[in-house]
Amino acid sequence: MQVYLPIAEMSVNSLGVLIMGWLVGFLSGMFGVGGGFLMTPLLIFIGVPPAVAVGTQSNQLVAASVSGVLAHWRRGNVDVKLGTVMLVGGLVGTSIGVWIFGVLQRLGQIDVAIGLSYVFFLGIIGSLMLVESVRAMLRRRAPAAGRGKLHHHIWLHGLPLKMRFHRSKLYISALLPAAIGAVGGMLVAIMGIGGGFLLVPAMIYLLNMPTALVAGTSLYQIIFTTAIATLLHAATNNTVDVMLALLLLIGGVIGAQVGTKAGGYLRGEQARALLGFLVVAVAARLAWDLVVPPADLFTVATGVPR
Amino acid sequence: MSAAAGRPARRGAVAGIAVMGAVLAVAVAVAVTARAQQLVADLSSHLIAITTGFTGTEVVLFGTTGGEGDVAVVVTGPRLSATVRRKGRIAGIWVNRDSAVFDQVPSFYTVATSRPLEDFAGDPVLERHQIGAANLDLTPATPLAPADLVAFRAALIRNKQREGLYGVAMGQVNFLGERLFRTNIYFPANVPTGLYNVEVFLIRDGEVVNAQTTPLVVSKVGFSAEVYDFARGQPVLYGVVAVIGAVAAGWLAGAFFRKV
Repeated sequence: MQVYLPIAEMSVNSLGVLIMGWLVGFLSGMFGVGGGFLMTPLLIFIGVPPAVAVGTQSNQLVAASVSGVLAHWRRGNVDVKLGTVMLVGGLVGTSIGVWIFGVLQRLGQIDVAIGLSYVFFLGIIGSLMLVESVRAMLRRRAPAAGRGKLHHHIWLHGLPLKMRFHRSKLYISALLPAAIGAVGGMLVAIMGIGGGFLLVPAMIYLLNMPTALVAGTSLYQIIFTTAIATLLHAATNNTVDVMLALLLLIGGVIGAQVGTKAGGYLRGEQARALLGFLVVAVAARLAWDLVVPPADLFTVATGVPR
Repeated sequence: MSAAAGRPARRGAVAGIAVMGAVLAVAVAVAVTARAQQLVADLSSHLIAITTGFTGTEVVLFGTTGGEGDVAVVVTGPRLSATVRRKGRIAGIWVNRDSAVFDQVPSFYTVATSRPLEDFAGDPVLERHQIGAANLDLTPATPLAPADLVAFRAALIRNKQREGLYGVAMGQVNFLGERLFRTNIYFPANVPTGLYNVEVFLIRDGEVVNAQTTPLVVSKVGFSAEVYDFARGQPVLYGVVAVIGAVAAGWLAGAFFRKV
């Protein structure tokens, strides 16, 4: 059935969008990531204006992270204090991001900016994941000596404004989680993704946070950054389509449940290798689009600049 | 009318039956006032309602000429400014480089004629009345070099045609007998909203001898209209509602699947 999207101002096949939401939800449930990095390019691919894809996706991610955080909350796997410090940085990052987004939109460079940031972040993170998981698979075959030190200290841990985080058993500078949150917030605003794929490794490797708490805590702060991003995108850029968000949400929530069960059959490093492969593939595809000569050198935007 | 038109053709046929009565009424009226030398035309509907299930629609224009001549029907959507951007290669990546802003660009534009345009009208007439995409009066807000103007102008029309908003080929105005004519105007799903002008020209011996303008409104209606107005009218409140809705939906989903 065709449904008219009031903000995107186009008609889409509702079943197609539901299936798309389901697929991305399935993958995100399986790998434990938000899936925004797949959804935003897919939406752009089916013809949704990039700006509307990003704004709407941030709205959809609010719902996805709320339902995701509930499970972690019940198990007590959310460090609220650390998450809140990240959030302070996240709010600043999101506001800056939405402002940059608006400026780029008026300059007509938003499409290429979205494309470049996708290629950059997905390329780096995806390759790192792929390399790390392949190494882990090889290591499994040839078990090495036991684990090293629990914490290794680098210069980052010498920053001022130290704070104690009981839940995570950490005594670190508050600037560090705030800065991670700020980068995450900018990604939410510009790329329409939750940023979990960047936050999770940063929290593990830079903060040395207990792994069990990482997913819940990052989801906790993603709720707020995506909520602020939704609000700002709606207020300043008029690019949040609630109809589209609702369709994506329904498909995504169901897909995520099935995906979580399917993920149980995958070993950790296998799942990471697959996810890494997927991320690199998306980055490669988007990089191709940036490099290959476009079919028409000209584009038209109606009534945008003032 | 081509058989390839498919679905629109069938819908057109249904609309056509409804319209035939009206056409006959016009015919009778014309027959009674036989001396009236005027062009009379009307649309099967003056409002295109974009509802949640909107997938495009067809409107039938019908009328009668006051005498001999060819008919050209020009449909023009609301005029808005349009920014045309040209990509260039920077460090191997295709980036928007130059741009030109055109004011008063019709957001929708199609033409239907009873015969090929060049067979019955000369360039001065077509230019004066802006009949045919090539004759649209598109001037950039800031002056451009002649070569650029040609390229940007052509790109604007080409992009609009690709979106389905400018007609690629001339539509066909069909005569039923000597005076009665009708044509089907198709509006795609992405038709811009606003006030449209449907102009009907009667051209004889290369000159416009009679013309008539009929308004047409394209408007979002029902739920999609309310969402759009809310998002534009109270953007902050709209954002708040969107967030609250998402939190509630996420919560519901989490609680529901916990039980399953």
